[in-house]
Amino acid sequence: MAMPVSGVPTETSRTAFQVPAGRAFARVGRAVRSNRKATVGTVLLVIFILIAVFPWVIARDSPSQDAYTPQLGISTAHLLGTNHYGQDLFSQLVWGTRNVLIIAFAVGVATTGIAVLIGIAAAYLGGLWDSSLNVLTDVLLVIPLFPLLIIIAAYARGGTTLVLIIAITLTSWSYTARQLRSQALTLRNRDFLEAARVRGERKLYIIVVEVIPTMTSLIVASFLTNALYAVLFASSLQFIGLGDPNTVSWGTTLYWAENNAALQTGEPLWAIAPGACIAVLGAAFALLNYAFDEIGNPALRPVRKPARRKA
Amino acid sequence: MTDTPVLEVSGLCVDYVLERGDVRAVDDVSFTLNRGEFLGIVGESGCGKSTLLFAVAQLLSPPARVAEGSVKFEGTEMVGLTDQQLSAIRWRDMSVVMQSAMNALNPVKSIGAQFKDAMRAHGKPGREEIAARSAEVLRMVGIDPVHLGSYPHQLSGGMRQRAMIAMALLFTPDLVIMDEPTSALDVVAQRSLMVQIKQLQVTYGFAVIFVTHDMSLISHFSDRLMVMYAGQVDELGATRAVFDRPLHPYTQGLLEAFPSIHGPKVPLKGIPGNPPDLARLPAGCRFHPRCPHAVDKCSQVAPELAAIDDALVRCLRRQDGSLPVKTSQPTSATRGA
Amino acid sequence: MRYALRRLGFFVLTLWVALTLNFLLPRLMPGNPALAMLTKFRDVSATPQTLHALEILFGVNSQQSLLSQYGSYLQHILTGNLGISLSEYPIPVTTVIGSAIWWTLGLVGVATILAFILGTGLGIVSAWRRGSKLDSIVPPTFVITSAIPYFWVAMVLILVFGLTLHWFPSQGGYYVTTDTPGLNLTFFQDVVNHAFLPAVSLLITTIGTWILTMRNTMITTLAEDYVRMARAKGLPARRIMFDYAARNAILPNLTGFAMSLGFVVSGAILIEYVFNYPGVGYMLLQAVSGEDYPLMQGLFLLITVAVLFAILVADLLTALLDPRTRTAS
Repeated sequence: MAMPVSGVPTETSRTAFQVPAGRAFARVGRAVRSNRKATVGTVLLVIFILIAVFPWVIARDSPSQDAYTPQLGISTAHLLGTNHYGQDLFSQLVWGTRNVLIIAFAVGVATTGIAVLIGIAAAYLGGLWDSSLNVLTDVLLVIPLFPLLIIIAAYARGGTTLVLIIAITLTSWSYTARQLRSQALTLRNRDFLEAARVRGERKLYIIVVEVIPTMTSLIVASFLTNALYAVLFASSLQFIGLGDPNTVSWGTTLYWAENNAALQTGEPLWAIAPGACIAVLGAAFALLNYAFDEIGNPALRPVRKPARRKA
Repeated sequence: MTDTPVLEVSGLCVDYVLERGDVRAVDDVSFTLNRGEFLGIVGESGCGKSTLLFAVAQLLSPPARVAEGSVKFEGTEMVGLTDQQLSAIRWRDMSVVMQSAMNALNPVKSIGAQFKDAMRAHGKPGREEIAARSAEVLRMVGIDPVHLGSYPHQLSGGMRQRAMIAMALLFTPDLVIMDEPTSALDVVAQRSLMVQIKQLQVTYGFAVIFVTHDMSLISHFSDRLMVMYAGQVDELGATRAVFDRPLHPYTQGLLEAFPSIHGPKVPLKGIPGNPPDLARLPAGCRFHPRCPHAVDKCSQVAPELAAIDDALVRCLRRQDGSLPVKTSQPTSATRGA
Repeated sequence: MRYALRRLGFFVLTLWVALTLNFLLPRLMPGNPALAMLTKFRDVSATPQTLHALEILFGVNSQQSLLSQYGSYLQHILTGNLGISLSEYPIPVTTVIGSAIWWTLGLVGVATILAFILGTGLGIVSAWRRGSKLDSIVPPTFVITSAIPYFWVAMVLILVFGLTLHWFPSQGGYYVTTDTPGLNLTFFQDVVNHAFLPAVSLLITTIGTWILTMRNTMITTLAEDYVRMARAKGLPARRIMFDYAARNAILPNLTGFAMSLGFVVSGAILIEYVFNYPGVGYMLLQAVSGEDYPLMQGLFLLITVAVLFAILVADLLTALLDPRTRTAS
């Protein structure tokens, strides 16, 4: 679990003209390559995605098959050893990547989607809609999410991955909605939108075609943040036993490790390794997010100390 | 001692250190300011006038830096001094008035507290002394001292600007640098503020550098006028002379752009085009793409600043005599409106 | 004043929403979890009154309409009657919670205050020395630490300092077998010893946010005109840093503090779980696995109220520090 890094509201200084998608991607590509944090984050993320899509390439053993001698140490046959049940730890982690990334992207997309809808709608519909949506968002914002998630999952008697995804989405959209709403509000009075209004464009058109593309960097950053929190929340819930203990995932591996007092009984890798995976994936998201913050707000970029020239 | 000029700027160059290379925002600016003199600096947005101001006051922040040149304040070289070394001169001998008081005043401190900070930074004044002086400077600009307890957001725009000017005069410095202090005000407030500034200047005898884009406004108050374009000084001379006989085509263009209430209706003439991107300057004279008098030579040779009569001008055709000097049309600026 | 009233109103509103959520959740979940819990209560031969109270709290077998259930529910909660705990039958929930609260308050309180002070300070200095070596290490390091799951840090610390080096105990709040709680020095030392690793875990994972947020807001603030003005006035560097820059930069931080409290709570729950630290979080998770819903519910409400209250305090503090909010309409 990590806390939100509320940087400065990223105000994009885009021009009024729509940037064609191709050029936007090229710009993003250039930005990623030039910013070291973004490069590291992207590389890590890509590695994880590849592992999730093609797990059999690097882990040949089945993750749940308890076919091996328990509690083996690290060896070439078992890169991370085996656990108490004789399962190969390495393949558990590799196959578990899929579950983790599915949750991360599903929640990321769903949460950001809902937040975009509610946040921008609130900013543009104004009036009573805005006030009530605002109050709803603010209330959900302050209620502590993790305890709420715990009770929801507890009442649901432990959930499948789907339950986790739904529960996490329902509780996490409010922060992003608030951020998007404030940026949408600052954009509302910008000249190019005024121009669109004067042209007679319908509100929906303005929102979809003019506003949303301008907020792309914030939307991407929100997606990354939400994906990060999804990973942390989901694995935490699985860790305390509220996920489905029979799915192969990093959180559930941790659950079994904790259940068998892995740390104390001399099988530390069982507990440490999945946690390390979560940490690395989390770091990837966080670095990308931070890099996007810098890309969107040049004031935060690393300052190059000028070389000493003779006066 | 009275003969030392208050400010001597020579060859000042300011660069912005960027990833794609350094951009020179101020290029080889030199001028001298004498005691009690009022110098106006005019130019379009982006011409480098604010950067120049901050460079003179040693208030640049990264990525801007002084690349070359010297700034001598009352004989002391200021470029290269640390903030600590500068603090003795700051505010006591040289103060700054910024464009937007809303942004220049600390929003969480009262006006009086900010005055106190400035006074406490130089010497150890007692509580009564601070209170008395604070009230005095506020009265100097026409604000009731009761507002010492107010926060910036509680004052009107005009009052805030005047409070800033009052703060700048706490030590009646020798030089006050002003960066477009009237731009954020309406026309009426602008004028009354300018009048007040001029009165204070005459009364207390401090020198003023006043940066603005509004040439007509400055003309009534400044002794000398400096016209900047694309980071360079294009013309520098006595205000009256510059107005009556603008030497540089850019200055002429600026003057002709102001409509006159008096006299016959003359069609407005703007200056076509835009100021150049400082990272991609045109070859030769920086103004030549927009100049109605440009010839081939202008796109090849970059002109230097040279004296013609009592003024300095950066124009090839003026310097070689191929463009004769003529008096400009009377405008509301030149007539004492 | 109006601002304070508005924040108070918001506090009451969110409290009401939390109470209502708490009311609705067990009734909305499929599979009627409350019924299962009720069976367990019968197993411990609960009195009919207890069973009846539970029916009201959780809406099982209730003859009453939803609305009147809601009314009785609110009445119960607001008079401090949170029911009887299942796992500690027949001790009432409020008493059970009371035993754990101090542990959590101590741990979380101390760790959070330390993290806030150290983090904010480091953030200020890091921003002030933009471009220095300190500033190039700090942001990436803490970006990464803020993404590390709390429980992992806890585990690593247990492994290294508890089990391998044996510097600190790795479980519990105190040595239950040898010590008795009391106001004596040995007990106090014991408590501090046991709290050290959990506190350090919490500190490491939460400090990152403070540092980064403070640094980011400071950087923007330092670019503001009034900071440049302060330099122009020749004010000493320390005064500019604190009085002009930090005092303004910290304001958005305070509101961020409010939102991050939720995360501090999550972290505390997980860390207590890993360390078996006898606080409110640990108790909550035990209640979950034991399907002790009254206790679970009570703990959720307690945590929520505490967080909401802390946010209210932070809001009022902001008003105190920022004169603009006080006069805003």
